[in-house]
Amino acid sequence: GKNEYDLLIIGGGSGGLACAKEAAKFGRKVAVLDYVEPSPQGTKWGLGGTCVNVGCIPKKLMHQAALLGSAIKDAQHYGWNIAQPVHHTWSVMAQAVQNYVKSLNWGHRVQLQDKKVKYFNMKGSFSDPHTIRGLTKAGKETIVTAENIVIATGGRPKYPMHIAGALEYGITSDDLFWLKESPGKTPLVYYPFILHLYEIIVYISLTGSSPDVSLECAGFLTGIGLETTVMMRSIPLRGFDQQMASLVTEHMESYGTKFLKRCFPTKVEKSESNRLQVTWKNTDLRTEITDSFDTVMWAVGRAPDTETLNLETVGVKTNSETGKIIVDASEATSVPHIYAVGDITEGRPELTPTAIAAGKLLAQRLFGQSSELMDYDNVPTTVFTPLEYGCVGLSEEAAVQCYGSDNIEVYHAYYKPLEFTVAERDAAQCYMKMVCLRERDQRILGLHFIGPNAGEVIQGFALGIKCGATYPQLMKTIGIHPTCAEEITKLHITKGSGLDATVTGC
Amino acid sequence: QEAAKYGKKVMVLDFVTPTPLGNSWGLGGTCVNVGCIPKKLMHQAALLGQALQDSRKFGWQFREEVKHNWMTMTESVQNYIGSLNWGYRVALREKNVTYENAYGEFVGPHTIKATNKRGVEKLYTAERFLIATGERPRYLDIPGDKEYCISSDDLFSLPYCPGKTLVVGASYVALECAGFLAGLGLDVTVMVRSILLRGFDQDIANKIGEYMEEHGINFIRQFVPIKVEQIEKGTPGRLRVIAKSTKGNQIIEGEYNTVLLAIGRDACTRKIGLDKVGVKINEKTGKIPVNDEEQTNVPYIYAVGDILQDKLELTPLAIQAGRLLVQRLYAGATSKCDYANVPTTVFTPLEYGACGYSEETAVEKFGEKNIEVYHSHFWPLEWTVPSRDNNKCYAKIICNIQDNERVIGFHVLGPNAGEVTQGFAAAMKCGLTKEQLDSTIGIHPVCAEV
Repeated sequence: GKNEYDLLIIGGGSGGLACAKEAAKFGRKVAVLDYVEPSPQGTKWGLGGTCVNVGCIPKKLMHQAALLGSAIKDAQHYGWNIAQPVHHTWSVMAQAVQNYVKSLNWGHRVQLQDKKVKYFNMKGSFSDPHTIRGLTKAGKETIVTAENIVIATGGRPKYPMHIAGALEYGITSDDLFWLKESPGKTPLVYYPFILHLYEIIVYISLTGSSPDVSLECAGFLTGIGLETTVMMRSIPLRGFDQQMASLVTEHMESYGTKFLKRCFPTKVEKSESNRLQVTWKNTDLRTEITDSFDTVMWAVGRAPDTETLNLETVGVKTNSETGKIIVDASEATSVPHIYAVGDITEGRPELTPTAIAAGKLLAQRLFGQSSELMDYDNVPTTVFTPLEYGCVGLSEEAAVQCYGSDNIEVYHAYYKPLEFTVAERDAAQCYMKMVCLRERDQRILGLHFIGPNAGEVIQGFALGIKCGATYPQLMKTIGIHPTCAEEITKLHITKGSGLDATVTGC
Repeated sequence: QEAAKYGKKVMVLDFVTPTPLGNSWGLGGTCVNVGCIPKKLMHQAALLGQALQDSRKFGWQFREEVKHNWMTMTESVQNYIGSLNWGYRVALREKNVTYENAYGEFVGPHTIKATNKRGVEKLYTAERFLIATGERPRYLDIPGDKEYCISSDDLFSLPYCPGKTLVVGASYVALECAGFLAGLGLDVTVMVRSILLRGFDQDIANKIGEYMEEHGINFIRQFVPIKVEQIEKGTPGRLRVIAKSTKGNQIIEGEYNTVLLAIGRDACTRKIGLDKVGVKINEKTGKIPVNDEEQTNVPYIYAVGDILQDKLELTPLAIQAGRLLVQRLYAGATSKCDYANVPTTVFTPLEYGACGYSEETAVEKFGEKNIEVYHSHFWPLEWTVPSRDNNKCYAKIICNIQDNERVIGFHVLGPNAGEVTQGFAAAMKCGLTKEQLDSTIGIHPVCAEV
């Protein structure tokens, strides 16, 4: 028979919704299935996917809350008289953030309605290449057929199942943003001498996905006054430029986050006082230690949400190691008329803007006579740690590997944001570097910036790199004064020279 | 500093003629002492005041009443400036540049007379000269202006809180100062003769004015002061300002603690003996015309910075021009300063970053049919939770249809506009087109991705 829909999208997140809305513009009959399987702790949320509900949005808002804590401290240097004590209430922040997220859920539903996209709050799985079986929470079944199907189910945080108590007692980022009460609990009255009353431990083990969420969470938790410890087995921010990664963690350490490096947990138990007891091993010292915390949050990577899709039935191929769906440059899977976009796809950055762009372009190719493919090169990104890190292009290591250290030049500088001066803030980790090719035109391969508003700084330069920007072109650009970004246009000390790279006055 | 790198014997003469109220400052020029630096720091103080309000919505709790102390802020700012003055003196010394705190004027070919604070005169000769004397604030030329009004030259080191302030002018200096004074909790009124931010994109200029008005700043439009009287002495005192309408005979009066004049700046070129060496200046504006190598009509005399005719008055431009000039003179370089697509930012409460053509000048140059304007309002994520204005931030780009939709104008109104604009300026230098802009992925969630 004839297919009911021109396009059916499984997954109402960044990629899925962008694709649906774009396809609807061409007058196509489009449907979206979205369903949130509750987390092991029972957390669930509305339409919009990871970014809106348990990713970018709440993360940045809580990061902002932490930054405002620093602003309060700075303000006093700038003449504002603030009566002590100043403290932070989790529930006020959480409610405000959650309300905003809910307004976005609502906004997405309205948009789908306006664009005449059918929305099913159902969990989808394949019956055959053009048929999806949708199941509601109550177990009611609906069969939907479509000419084209896009899989955009994203991923969910992994649990370290080999650690006893991990599933039972730990939370993940899925839960953190929806906690109604502080991850640190009210202190027991008869321990008045305990100075740190709220303790949370975040464990990250690096698996190459997007481990920066954990550092970002640890960062804002510290910023709002919670005693936070990050335990990691090896290196932070795997896949990112390692020099920049260590500056980021160095800053977090001076900011107050504790790091337990080269350690991994072996079990989590509940103690009589209802706190969590974590036992871990230190790989260097070969010791085993136990300590108690109020909350344990796992950040050991994300797993693609493909298990219940029934992909084997229709023959959609996945990567055996990662479980992600294999797609070609046009987002097509191994099965005709079945596509995939976003975090679920193999070899793509796990970022909202790339998912959105890929989803839109896919819709344009399917229904709008376009042939434009998604360009995954030089995608800029930002890690929203207390001192933010923005980058675009190659890391120094990748550039060296690709071109050889003789063929690249790295310009760098340590700088101090003007606003830090009066606020008496330490700028030791405020740093930037530009990796360029050495030959004739000195094309820029990568740009890395640590400092306030890193995302705002990097965005425009990413455009420049898209235009093939060269070092001389950047040097011809006049700086805007006084900003942090202008220092990029003034980079002139090379790593190779060995000279002091600290920016002095004009 | 650049010339010294090439082993040249260099001398710098710097002298600050005190303001009518007796204010002076150290080495470094306008930017460091009475411009960009103190301005941005006080703007930051005002932004932090807003941050304090936002923070409550994000869960921070502290007592309701929060007051600002002008002296604490001003002292910190002045201390920082002092460290910069010192830094420059040390830098010049280390680079073997001779520095004299003296007023320089030409007395004959290749010869300059330097007069210090105590009136001691010395003569110096040099192979080449660079004039970089910049500008100073203009006064109204009305009764009471020099006796009772202050300018930006005085504001940043004012030893008392200015209180209820009238800002006269609609330049970026006027609006930036009015903006941060209001942000610190002061009662501020801006008196404007005609339009806001002349020379800037007027669509955006009006949005800036609207935002400031909605946030408590009073605007008196189409009036100019004709007299300033002192009602009472003090720190601050009380002043009466009498103003006349530009459109008729209406006269109004107002009482303020401080009157800040920000109606423009005049080049410091009239009293430095330029006539003695034949350097031509624009008689009307006092500015010096130069060729594209910053050379005046006298071959061995050059000029850079705010005193140049038809060039933007910006610190980074002056620095770049100065450096490149020296590299051409002494290092055999050929690069000239690129004055096209120079980005700038106005640090009003809602910041404005721009690069390239305004909408008006683009229409004028290319014709309305040949340009396309893409625009969007946006709501910074950080403003959602504290329920701040959701349709004030704005971005627009202007493209030249005939040249592959090349981006010829970029304008953004929103937080951190400077940081956002800088990279776009670099991209425009690389010939950015709309297509390239569309195909660049945004960083999420930041304002710049819009």
